[in-house]
Amino acid sequence: MEIFFNLSGGTLTVSLDGELDEHNSHFVRAKLDNLIAMHTFNYFVLDFSKVTFMDSTGIGVLLGRYKKLRAIGVPFVIKNTQPQVDKVFNASGLFNVITKI
Amino acid sequence: MENYFNMELLAVSRNESFARSAVAAFAVELSPTIEQLNDIKTAVSEAVTNCIVHAYDKSKPGVIYIKAAISGRSVQIEIADNGTGIEDVDAAMQPFFTTKPEQERSGMGFTIMKTFMDELEVFSDRTGTRVLMKKYLGGKEA
Repeated sequence: MEIFFNLSGGTLTVSLDGELDEHNSHFVRAKLDNLIAMHTFNYFVLDFSKVTFMDSTGIGVLLGRYKKLRAIGVPFVIKNTQPQVDKVFNASGLFNVITKI
Repeated sequence: MENYFNMELLAVSRNESFARSAVAAFAVELSPTIEQLNDIKTAVSEAVTNCIVHAYDKSKPGVIYIKAAISGRSVQIEIADNGTGIEDVDAAMQPFFTTKPEQERSGMGFTIMKTFMDELEVFSDRTGTRVLMKKYLGGKEA
């Protein structure tokens, strides 16, 4: 799993590249928390275009980051999810909490 | 049963990807759709992750036993461990239930397995847990 980010016009776009499962969750959580702690942005976008797989561990990671961003008043959205990821989101109801753009 | 495989894996997180890929590869002979293959990968990932996170002490990882069998158009998958067992299986299978909320666990593992597979049974006691899943496969012929 690799993580790239781009800050432009107050929007932090973070791109995940790889599989989001329990094995990678610790790394993703730590990296995202480091970025959130910098708080140099007012909109947080997570780009899933290169996420080839996600299971419910990813749901836990995303919900945790959503709560942290909500606590600092930053909207959190996701984009470019592949069908397998969409299906996990739908099964967990996470689209009721996190918006997909 | 026309075909089967068994394997034992160390219950460590680096094996999650391998486990789901191995079972999915085994199911390929039934010409599943991409969605069906991903359903299997996801369900296996959930079951294997449960073993790794809950069954054993992290300092002494045990073994995950994976079996898959093909019968007609279905694949039956068993993921088992000799770990601590689930105290209340009915509760564990409820959405969002987790014994480890402090670790940001979503508690959605069994819900995902139920949603993505056609049949799911869970047997557990203090000697370990067995998760049995079944999926009926097949897409359009090539």
